[in-house]
Amino acid sequence: MEIGVAHYLTVAAILFTLGILGIFLNRKNVIIILMSVELMLLAVNINMVAFSVELGDLVGQIFAMLILTVAAAEAAIGLAILVVYFRNRGSIAVEDINMMKG
Amino acid sequence: MTYVAAFAVFLPLVGAIIAGFFGRRLGPQIAPITTCILLVATAILAWATALHVIDTGNVIHITLFTWIDSGAFEVDWAIYIDQVTAVMLIVVTTVSSVVHVYSLGYMEHDPHRPRFFAYLSLFTFAMLMLVTADNFVQMFFGWEGVGVCSYLLIGFWYKRPTANAAAIKAFIVNRVGDFGFALGIMGVFLVFSSVSFETVFAALPEKAGTTMTFLSWEFSTMTVLCLLLFVGAMGKSAQMPLHTWLPDAMEGPTPVSALIHAATMVTAGVFMVVRLSPMFETSPTALIVVTVVGATTCIFAATVGIAQNDIKRVIAYSTCSQLGYMFFACGIGAYPVALFHLATHACFKALLFLGSGAVIHGMHDEQDMRRMGGLWRKLPKTYAFMWIGSLALAGVPLFAGYYSKDLIIESAWVTNTLAGQYAFWMGAGAAFLTALYSWRLILMTFHGKPRMTKEAFDKVHDAPKVMWMPLIVLAIGAIGAGYSFTGGKMVYHGGETFFERSVAFTPVAPGEDFLKQAHDEMAESDHAVEATESDGHADDGHVEAGGVENVFDIIDKAHLETPLWVKAMILLFVASGIGTAYLCYIFKPHLPGLIASQFRPVYKFLLNKWYFDELFDRIFVFPAMRLGMGLWKAGDQDTIDGLGPDGVAAATMNISRRVKVLQSGYVYHYAFAMLIGLVVVASWFLFRAWG
Amino acid sequence: MILQTLAFYLFAFVLLASAVMVISARNPVHSVLFLILAFFNAAGLFVLIGAEFLAMILVVVYVGAVAVLFLFVVMMLDINLTELRQGFLQYLPIGAMIGLVLLIELILVVGAWQLDPQLTSLAQTPIPDLTVRSNTGAIGDVVYTKYAFLFQGAGLILLIAMIGAIVLTLRHRDIRRQRIGDQIKRRPEDVIDVRKIRQGEGV
Repeated sequence: MEIGVAHYLTVAAILFTLGILGIFLNRKNVIIILMSVELMLLAVNINMVAFSVELGDLVGQIFAMLILTVAAAEAAIGLAILVVYFRNRGSIAVEDINMMKG
Repeated sequence: MTYVAAFAVFLPLVGAIIAGFFGRRLGPQIAPITTCILLVATAILAWATALHVIDTGNVIHITLFTWIDSGAFEVDWAIYIDQVTAVMLIVVTTVSSVVHVYSLGYMEHDPHRPRFFAYLSLFTFAMLMLVTADNFVQMFFGWEGVGVCSYLLIGFWYKRPTANAAAIKAFIVNRVGDFGFALGIMGVFLVFSSVSFETVFAALPEKAGTTMTFLSWEFSTMTVLCLLLFVGAMGKSAQMPLHTWLPDAMEGPTPVSALIHAATMVTAGVFMVVRLSPMFETSPTALIVVTVVGATTCIFAATVGIAQNDIKRVIAYSTCSQLGYMFFACGIGAYPVALFHLATHACFKALLFLGSGAVIHGMHDEQDMRRMGGLWRKLPKTYAFMWIGSLALAGVPLFAGYYSKDLIIESAWVTNTLAGQYAFWMGAGAAFLTALYSWRLILMTFHGKPRMTKEAFDKVHDAPKVMWMPLIVLAIGAIGAGYSFTGGKMVYHGGETFFERSVAFTPVAPGEDFLKQAHDEMAESDHAVEATESDGHADDGHVEAGGVENVFDIIDKAHLETPLWVKAMILLFVASGIGTAYLCYIFKPHLPGLIASQFRPVYKFLLNKWYFDELFDRIFVFPAMRLGMGLWKAGDQDTIDGLGPDGVAAATMNISRRVKVLQSGYVYHYAFAMLIGLVVVASWFLFRAWG
Repeated sequence: MILQTLAFYLFAFVLLASAVMVISARNPVHSVLFLILAFFNAAGLFVLIGAEFLAMILVVVYVGAVAVLFLFVVMMLDINLTELRQGFLQYLPIGAMIGLVLLIELILVVGAWQLDPQLTSLAQTPIPDLTVRSNTGAIGDVVYTKYAFLFQGAGLILLIAMIGAIVLTLRHRDIRRQRIGDQIKRRPEDVIDVRKIRQGEGV
């Protein structure tokens, strides 16, 4: 079967859904959440590139590159926060992170 | 003279204000004495006014100021004193001043004396307002005023729950009557477009035969109005079936019973019927009702009275019975006789009450006759007064009650209607029972072996001077009033002039010459300045031409034409009543117990006042309470509160308890929520585009 | 053609499978490793589609930097090998259902729309033919000229992220350091005190 843009988009959609499921189905630790975010961003990237090729427009790829950049930055900051949090709390189990005090 | 009259009416109010508002500051002695002085002054002024009116035949009519002026509805505050009012003035003020002085002694140890005297004076003022009214609304003001004061005085010892209950009962039963009265007044206004007596009486002839429609039924106008007004009189004067409050009203101090429930407030109903006699005369149906109710009450109360054990309750039922006499006298058209009996009754009933008060005071607040006995040596003066009062009440010749009561019974005999005959037999029967219970009271209380402990017996002391001196006034009245008036003052031929225009007669009044002749007659005879008693029935002299017999002719006929055997029969009844009492309580004291146990159901029936209270409880009180409870619990609490404030509050708490679960603090919960929202929005757009 | 199809399905399947493993692996280190695998496969997909520069960038940046960072943190923190907690199963049905609904909707949208054939002519930055310019070269042509500001902006973001990470995690400890300047500045008179002591006496 001819692999068209729809296939790639479908793959991206499934990946995106998996990422979402990963966010709220996990009970183990917070790092899974961060990794799920990366998965979602990856899915978006796949979308971007698929459309870029489909429409013959390079902007999609440029944008995907920028998304990459931002994802990396966000992962770094997220992990830094996690480290500090762990230092203070001593645990990164998801269920322990429910104190809403400022 | 007008000032004298005005002062007479308003001095008690001044006394009430002084004692009521400043009593505590003035000290426990000054306020009572002030009110007493003011009231004795009132009595003197009232006597002066009344005698003036009686002598000169001039009616005093002072309009004080306007109360209501609203379209056709005009009501003034006025003082209107004609002969009927004059009699009432004398009765009310004399008994009131006697009771005031008596209370100085009786209420000596009570910490709330200023309040008591304030209430007594306030009551007197309200009663005077009632009797000097020239229109229905002022009379209603006085009516309500005496009702309120009665409530205040019955519940005077407000820390006693029985007293509070009795006060409420009196007020509420009165209220039923007042409701009828108010409806009657509204009806009068509707029919006559005025509430002033003058206007109404003047317009009577034209309205006499008319009918009014109500809910598509036709009624005779005057009958409806008179019956409604009579309901008011029933409530105030404790006629069947609105009598249930009177015995309970004995919870109040004895002076209260003497003043209110013997002489003044309960007689307001009789006064009203006498005052409105022109109206009642236009409605034969209403008169029949009045007669039947009066006669039935008369015998009913007498039967209950012979089975009671509380000394004051016996006298209370006696009052109820005597009021029945007065009412059926009105019903058969003999208004002057009713007023006569009112006056004599006030004297001897007040005497009996105050005497029993002295007994209670001496026995240190013991009221049950079964625990008395053998007191005549210890309480000689009281004993004498009780004998005088009882002789007057029973209708022994030469005492006041004989003249008035026998006249009533004889008037009933000559009335040829069915109602009249019924009233006659009831009255005669009640005469027997009256004598029976009166002597039962005396014998149980004063004779026989003492049925109390030796210590209690030793502590019994007779009344102090301040208590028995005023009783002399009443005793003079009880003895002398009736006799002195047989000469023609109130009831017989002199009556027309005496009662010029104040009371209606059936049929027509005598002509002019008759009037003059009677006038001359009256000029010759002396006015007895007897105590409070009925000094003059206020007969109204309807001066209408025509020679048809007037009520005084009837009364004359009654007195002169009654067969001897009737008069003898009545005296026989009285004597046998006294004899039976002696038999049962002195010679064979086991007899009452034997009779009671043999006829146990009858005895219980009488002891429990014909089960009226229980009947009313079941018909009115329980359903009303259940309705109230139901409306409160289900209606107010569950429905209105449930849907309203409570319901909203509970719903808010409920909902917020459920909603707060959403705020878990877990980010993944929030993410989940966002996801759900996202899915919903996406689905919505999707389906919109699809459809 | 068949090779392309096969390759696509292979890459796609492994990608999705490793994504599932990322979120359901017990050991967090395994999770990270599966993430790396996912990235690799995504890169493969990119190569297939013709964006090889991005594919390489994905490998270098994502795998080489981000995933390694994850690994560092996972190994640094004391993470217990937790059991699959009860809550997971409790939420699975509803979560899976929601996810399914979302997925179905996305696929519906994807499958249903049609692109205007004229759209290609509207491209802002048309992809030059592969024979004319390679993908890398084409991107390079554009990034430094037309999208230079975005490029610089991205760099700025990275700078800030770096600073932020340092600020967040730096702990000031008392570390003995040498301050050379102070050492040289010291004069013997400030430090040494010479005393004359007679024989036999103490100080």
